[in-house]
Amino acid sequence: MVRELGIGLALVLLVAVTTIYNPRFLNAQSRKDLMLGATILVVLAVGQAIVVITRNVDLSVGSVLGLSAFATGKLFLAMSETPIVLAVLAGVGLGLLCGIVNGALIAVARVPALVVTLGTLYVFRGVDYSWAAGQQINAADMPSGFKRMGTATLLGIPVLALFAIAVLVFAGYYLRNYRSGREMYAIGSDPEAARLSGIPVGWRVFTAMAISGALAGLAGVLHAARFGTLDAAAGNGIELQVVAAVVVGGVAIFGGSGSVYGAALGALLLSTIGSALPVLRIDPFWQQAVVGALILAAIGLDRALTARIADRLRGRRARGA
Amino acid sequence: MLKRLGTWDILVIGVLALVVIASSIAVDGFATSRFWGFLLLDVIPIALIALPMTLVIVTGEIDLSVASVLGLSSAVMGQLWLSGVPLPVILPLVLVLGMVLGAVNGLFVTGFGLPSLAVTIGTLALYRGLAYVVLGDKAVADFPFSWTGNTIEALPGTTIPWMALLVAGLAVTFGVVLHATPVGRALFAMGNNEQAATFSGISVARTKFWLFVLTGAVAALAGFFWTMRYASARADNGAGLELSVVAAVLLGGVSIFGGRGSLIGVMAGVLLLISLRNALQLADVPADTLTVVTGALLIVSVVGPNAASMLRARLRRRRPAVTPVAGA
Repeated sequence: MVRELGIGLALVLLVAVTTIYNPRFLNAQSRKDLMLGATILVVLAVGQAIVVITRNVDLSVGSVLGLSAFATGKLFLAMSETPIVLAVLAGVGLGLLCGIVNGALIAVARVPALVVTLGTLYVFRGVDYSWAAGQQINAADMPSGFKRMGTATLLGIPVLALFAIAVLVFAGYYLRNYRSGREMYAIGSDPEAARLSGIPVGWRVFTAMAISGALAGLAGVLHAARFGTLDAAAGNGIELQVVAAVVVGGVAIFGGSGSVYGAALGALLLSTIGSALPVLRIDPFWQQAVVGALILAAIGLDRALTARIADRLRGRRARGA
Repeated sequence: MLKRLGTWDILVIGVLALVVIASSIAVDGFATSRFWGFLLLDVIPIALIALPMTLVIVTGEIDLSVASVLGLSSAVMGQLWLSGVPLPVILPLVLVLGMVLGAVNGLFVTGFGLPSLAVTIGTLALYRGLAYVVLGDKAVADFPFSWTGNTIEALPGTTIPWMALLVAGLAVTFGVVLHATPVGRALFAMGNNEQAATFSGISVARTKFWLFVLTGAVAALAGFFWTMRYASARADNGAGLELSVVAAVLLGGVSIFGGRGSLIGVMAGVLLLISLRNALQLADVPADTLTVVTGALLIVSVVGPNAASMLRARLRRRRPAVTPVAGA
């Protein structure tokens, strides 16, 4: 909880300082842009958080996003009458399939997630490239209904951001209140202990990878709706940003602690920094360096917090004894 | 020496030989010495960084910031050159920079006890970001030909670049250190069981710290080579190279959990990856297929041994009379 509070505070501070510097930073249009800019990263970060909580990692999300975005474009090129719901389901389904491949390799062949998803990062991207074969899908080819979804708002909130909010609320509720959700944390804290206490570790990790894949698929559809113009390079390299968002959001990289809310706040903070730097007249070249420093600060802070909690627990036990 | 080769090393070397023979027959131009000269030049940055990376992964850590160290070194080189510093001065400066960057990684990992995966994802972003801060999106390309040309110069009478010989020499040194000295055994011990290594008198933290420093220095050297080879200092030089290096090391049979691996396997892995890639390129296979091949190789290289050992375990269970001998 402290972690989420800290990151929330940092976000509020950033927005406050930027707004004081230039009040237009928080006008209606700019608010909308901020939300839209964070949407895709938030969706990916929620999936990544679930995976990282189980002490795994999914590096293939950028490639899955690219594949799903391009597939969405192809689907509309082939059948422009496709209902939007169906397009979303197709993207999610394709992502799910990729996630299942990852999950099966990790759970059945017992190969570390880092290695598997590093491999599928290349494989999925390669499939994407050879499918696209240099083709670019233009916004003009997309049905107007779909493009409208990319810009429409509901009560001042972009429709795309509503997807992210829905994903966040569902995932947060699931991890907090469902038995299988709690078991994700147990697995991340101590996989061996989880196995011994009867938790189906392989199956849960498989599920986490499948969820992350499906959400990356959804992010691909959202990407297609937002940008319209698509080629096979969509989402290239975003995986490190996603992992950064999750780590900055207070999810321990070795699993067992953190929340999807923190991860979402981390994503929001990273994308807001991107928009705030130009407003603050800071050379945009600084952005990546700031992100890097932020990651280091976040894991350092996390370490300090963990050490303090451990100290306190030890103290309590000593008194109790 | 042959006795030291594990089954995985032999397998990777076998596949490498197979790829080379098959491509020499089937791909026009693959067997030419000119092509091998280019191929070796392509290998150098990945092979260079793979050397210290192997040691780092053997101890159970990882360094994802190497490509960013390469990029920052290149950017700093460009900026120093612009401000009139001569190259013989720039080279040692860049190496020191690499050591400092590596020391920062090492400090965070060993000093504060943070996971190297998270730390080096952070410094991956930080160092690359600093590279942009230093040089922006400019490219510095007016290095003197006496340096850029000499860097890719071949040994007299051959097409083998002399840098490749240097890398081979370094590879032998690293191999000897890893496989035939107490230091190397200490690295394996740490990767297998850090606590046991500590109790047997190995200074785990100090060794790891210096490994990160070494990795930084070698990555900076790769940055110098990269800049000279392409005669261009840019902030985005070598972006994404860290994944290729890690892929090559794992393909070479090094366990991502540490404690297992050999340098011969890694070098064979690097060569396999590059020669396969270049052979396919020569054969006009589109670049996208190469990406799939790289990824698939990586997956197969880890799934294969695991599946084999699982199968063996299952077979052993069927014959309960035989007790497996420890270390067999």
